[in-house]
Amino acid sequence: MPSTTLDAAAQAMRLIDYRTGVELVPTRNGFGEGLIEAGTRDRNVLAICADLAESTRMEGFKKAHPAQYLEIGVAEQMLVALAGGLAAVGKIPWIASYAMFNPGRSWEQVRTIMALNDTNVKIAGAHAGVSVGPDGATHQAIEDIAIMRVIPHMTVVVPCDAVQTKAATLALSKRVGPAYLRFAREKSAIVTTDATPFEIGKAQVFREGSDVAIVACGILVYNALMAADLLAREHGIECRVVNNHTVKPMDEAAIVDAAQTCGAVVTVEEHQKHAGMGSRVAEILAQRHPVPIEFIGVEDRFGQSGEPTELIEYYGMGTRAIADAALRAHQRKTK
Amino acid sequence: MQTLSPERLTELRVKANDVRAGIIRSLVAAGSGHSAGPLDMADVFTALYGHLMAHRPDQPDWPDRDRLLLSCGHIAPVRYSAMANFGYFPVEELLTLRKFGTRLQGHPERVTLPSVETTSGPLGEGLAQGTGMALGAKLDGKAFHVWVVTSDAEHQCGLHWEAVMTAAKFGLDNLTAIVDRNFIQIDGSTEDVMPLEPLAEKYRAFNWDVFTCDGNDIAAFIATAEQARATRGKPQVIIANTVPGKGVSYMEGDYTWHGKPPNREQADRALAELHAERERILAHA
Repeated sequence: MPSTTLDAAAQAMRLIDYRTGVELVPTRNGFGEGLIEAGTRDRNVLAICADLAESTRMEGFKKAHPAQYLEIGVAEQMLVALAGGLAAVGKIPWIASYAMFNPGRSWEQVRTIMALNDTNVKIAGAHAGVSVGPDGATHQAIEDIAIMRVIPHMTVVVPCDAVQTKAATLALSKRVGPAYLRFAREKSAIVTTDATPFEIGKAQVFREGSDVAIVACGILVYNALMAADLLAREHGIECRVVNNHTVKPMDEAAIVDAAQTCGAVVTVEEHQKHAGMGSRVAEILAQRHPVPIEFIGVEDRFGQSGEPTELIEYYGMGTRAIADAALRAHQRKTK
Repeated sequence: MQTLSPERLTELRVKANDVRAGIIRSLVAAGSGHSAGPLDMADVFTALYGHLMAHRPDQPDWPDRDRLLLSCGHIAPVRYSAMANFGYFPVEELLTLRKFGTRLQGHPERVTLPSVETTSGPLGEGLAQGTGMALGAKLDGKAFHVWVVTSDAEHQCGLHWEAVMTAAKFGLDNLTAIVDRNFIQIDGSTEDVMPLEPLAEKYRAFNWDVFTCDGNDIAAFIATAEQARATRGKPQVIIANTVPGKGVSYMEGDYTWHGKPPNREQADRALAELHAERERILAHA
């Protein structure tokens, strides 16, 4: 008997044996931990906050590195512009707010001051997705991947759990150039470990299979893994699950390889289906290896108040919805 | 503080005249661009590059240079012409303004011309970035000064006032904002489009030190700027009253010259006027 339920791909990724139970931790906690460590490694790393220190998890940094912490109040455009100025004189500013307000409110500053002007500013977009929950639609950013991935020179990372969010925070702190890190509010399953490799721009195969490829990002990677198990159990369909954490620059080779191997793809993200991660996958495959694709995400609607899991289910991003999409993709490929 | 000798003042006035001629030449070559604002800020830019700023034209990335940000990027021709006339690049390059492949983009870009410090054009963003640079200097104990040139109309942007508040919070006395107070914007008078007055009182209420002067009088501007720069504990603003289109008779005070260039014939008249003025300055020296 093997001591793990994981396949070789998952073992290579040094994942938690997630089938036997997972710990639930908000991805934002990983950002907070990573930021403190980044600030220790490099004293030029600054944290700039717009009146949301606790909920964006900048509070720990404020205590650990008070001289590297700046508070500017409810002024998200200022957040970007101030950081641009600081970066221009050698600082590495992380700026945090809810994704809805930064980059939501500050998009033109992000485009001009961070990207066109090429400054080394890092945005932490907290409370992304409908899983923000009770706060409702005004605070649920589900358009942010679209507006960020369209900007030239921008790096866009959507890590799958708290551990990977920490790794991404550290990696982005070292990478020179404008970047966007997207994470969520609610507790979610940890599937990676400190030993899991993480490289910006390199997608990860978390489960091997050759019937359908499920390409996911963010906290829904766990749902994708659950859906893959369900399909194996109920239909004997084996899915490759790809953690596509870097939306830009996307790992085109991994996407094409998944399509070539499986012949059908499902994309999974907590975002509008329009212009998100899955749309980018479709752009790549339309040109390089067309296969049937199904999209999991929000269907051109706004969110609303509710409990996080309730909203994930309602908007069609639960485990069963992913499995059903994979079945549709599988049927389309075998027709 | 360096004393400004009469000879040096004459040199600077001639230089400002050269800067204006460069603006006209570049605009007529480009066939598009803004005339009134660049012309009215020629004296301020000459004072900055010629007297006030610590900078090295042969070493644009000198780490200790004063930072000069042009927030209202649409008046870039004055900055380009000043840079050329103070040795950053050959004046002939001014004729590439707005043309394909040029470093002199329609609105300035740091990536193509690094010494412009930032990419500007979208209004209301320069002071905010200058605040970041001044704050960075404070954090690292660096002595350079940050100058931000803004238009008056961009005071209608919310972000500008976020910056005014932030600079005051951090007591950034190494930051001086200069307002090109020419009272014009694309759609007419600033006071008709969206009144800015009382502008000085607004800055005072935000805890800034406020100075006002004639922005077309180089000696007055330099004296004011030196006084402003000596302020401790607070950022400073100089409201520089300027005449839009200054130096070209048929443009002076006419808001319709905000966003268009002269044609060839108009440019020739402008250059003739500027040449005559140059002769007058030298004759009276």
